[in-house]
Amino acid sequence: MNPQALIDGLIAGSTIGLGAIGLTLAYSILRFANFTHGDFLAWGAYLTLTLFGLLGGLSAGLGAPVHPFSFGWGLPLAMLGGAALTVLLALGLDRILFGRLRARGADVIIIVMASFGASMALRSLLEFIFTAKPVYFTNALQIAQPLGLGMRATPDQLLVIGLTAVLVAGLHLLLTRSATGRAMRAVSENPDLAGVYGINVAQVIRMTWIIGAGLACVAGVMAGLLVQIRPYMGFDLLLPLFAATILGGIGSIPGAMLGGLIIGLAEAFAVQIIGAEWRAAVSFIILVLVLMLRPQGLFGQRGA
Amino acid sequence: MIALSVNNLRAGYDPDLAIVKGVSFDVNKGEALCILGPNGAGKSTLIKAMAGLVPSFGGTVRLGPRDVTGLTPHLLVRSGLGFVPQTDNIFTRLTIRENLQIASQLVARSERQRRIDAMLAMFPDLGERPGELAGALSGGQRQMLAAARALLTEPDVLILDEPSAGLSPKLVGQVFDTLRRISEAGVTLVLVEQNVRAALALTPRALVLVDGHLAHDGPSNALHDGALLGELFLGRRGAEQPA
Ligand SMILES: Nc1ncnc2c1ncn2[C@@H]1O[C@H](COP(=O)(O)OP(=O)(O)O)[C@@H](O)[C@H]1O
Ligand SMILES: [Mg+2]
Repeated sequence: MNPQALIDGLIAGSTIGLGAIGLTLAYSILRFANFTHGDFLAWGAYLTLTLFGLLGGLSAGLGAPVHPFSFGWGLPLAMLGGAALTVLLALGLDRILFGRLRARGADVIIIVMASFGASMALRSLLEFIFTAKPVYFTNALQIAQPLGLGMRATPDQLLVIGLTAVLVAGLHLLLTRSATGRAMRAVSENPDLAGVYGINVAQVIRMTWIIGAGLACVAGVMAGLLVQIRPYMGFDLLLPLFAATILGGIGSIPGAMLGGLIIGLAEAFAVQIIGAEWRAAVSFIILVLVLMLRPQGLFGQRGA
Repeated sequence: MIALSVNNLRAGYDPDLAIVKGVSFDVNKGEALCILGPNGAGKSTLIKAMAGLVPSFGGTVRLGPRDVTGLTPHLLVRSGLGFVPQTDNIFTRLTIRENLQIASQLVARSERQRRIDAMLAMFPDLGERPGELAGALSGGQRQMLAAARALLTEPDVLILDEPSAGLSPKLVGQVFDTLRRISEAGVTLVLVEQNVRAALALTPRALVLVDGHLAHDGPSNALHDGALLGELFLGRRGAEQPA
């Protein structure tokens, strides 16, 4: 077995984990499986790409790669803007669609179907605006550096793993130590009681979209940087995202991240052992196994 | 001075089927009253509507001079209403301290720690282990935490839904002792109870709700002998305030 699968898995798992965190947050606080989450990743990547292009046009310095990475300062700057726009997209969708259904007391299944429809619309819109042709943040070639033990990674890939670790640690602190985090955990346990405790539930819901869509944008940019940007990139990630969320236990942030890493690693090893055409089946098999053997997942509360 | 005023309130879960069918009463500042009535009479629905958890279809609720009808629960809390639901009234996956910290967000930053410490001192069972998950508390201790959470914001009016339900007789005594202390401290108290005797002994005034209507509103000692109460519960004595 090639130890390189470990690095490949960690890298893919970082993207899946960051995406799964937003999904699990939305599930535990808004109480529905949000199919548009994958499209937030894709929109985040395209919005960032657009801003990156604009910044590069403004100043060549922002576009020029900064050694040892394949991209310049323009990309992190564009990603901040892209994240802000992705958050606006999510908040807008909540205002015109999900929020209205919630206020009307719609069944969960109706909200899930609405998100499914919105997901298709968002994806088609991307394809309409940007065409289905894959695009890239950069065409600079990067040489993978040896890490020892027969493993290699490019500086971009190591940055992705590092950034993921920082974001997950920050989010963990926010949720466990801050008033905002307490309020989010409270709403996820019992929204009615949260109101009775004086929590502004609408504000917590906005916060959930902000964090979820922001992280989705980052995950989308990572996937775009390491692979490519396509309108279907989010859709193709949906199954791994849901598998990671359910494997980790719905509502658990550490669970979603760990679930993402496990899915990423399982995919990478499956590609090595049985072949690349089986990559997509891995998430599905894990999803089915978890649902049958341990439906509450690794960290989930029973009945949550 | 009137602390709480409910006027012709109609409320329920479905606009075509009011459960609370036009209820009116005023509560003076510092007063304590209980709301009694048979199971399913609509007592919980009435106070949930007052707390913003159940939609109202008509009528008004005032806190002091302010019309608070239809406000969301968190705004009602900010307006001075404390509400303790009958069940699921604490966050079991948060610690005791976190439960109190959430409530403390409503008071000035400089006051928060002092209020939390005061509640932990008032309820020694909680003060012994503030870092423990609230889900590990016993039934009686949960009611303590629920009351402590509500009291922490120093509400003008505190409404509790059957705080003694499901507790052993000894714990029921403890809960009522606590309620007495709260009432003696000057908090306006509205108490829904099935434990009729203990409730009548605690609050000088009693309301009886039958099928969504108030069938009685008067001094508790008028109900002490039980015969009148029995008739009211069975609906043999008519509503004094027909709808
Ligand atoms: N969540 C709900 N949805 C629909 N009907 C409810 C709900 N909760 C209570 N009811 C109905 O409202 C009526 C009054 O219930 P409730 O207010 O709980 O009575 P009480 O507290 O006096 O026992 C009952 O007929 C009950 O079935
Ligand atoms: Mg009740």
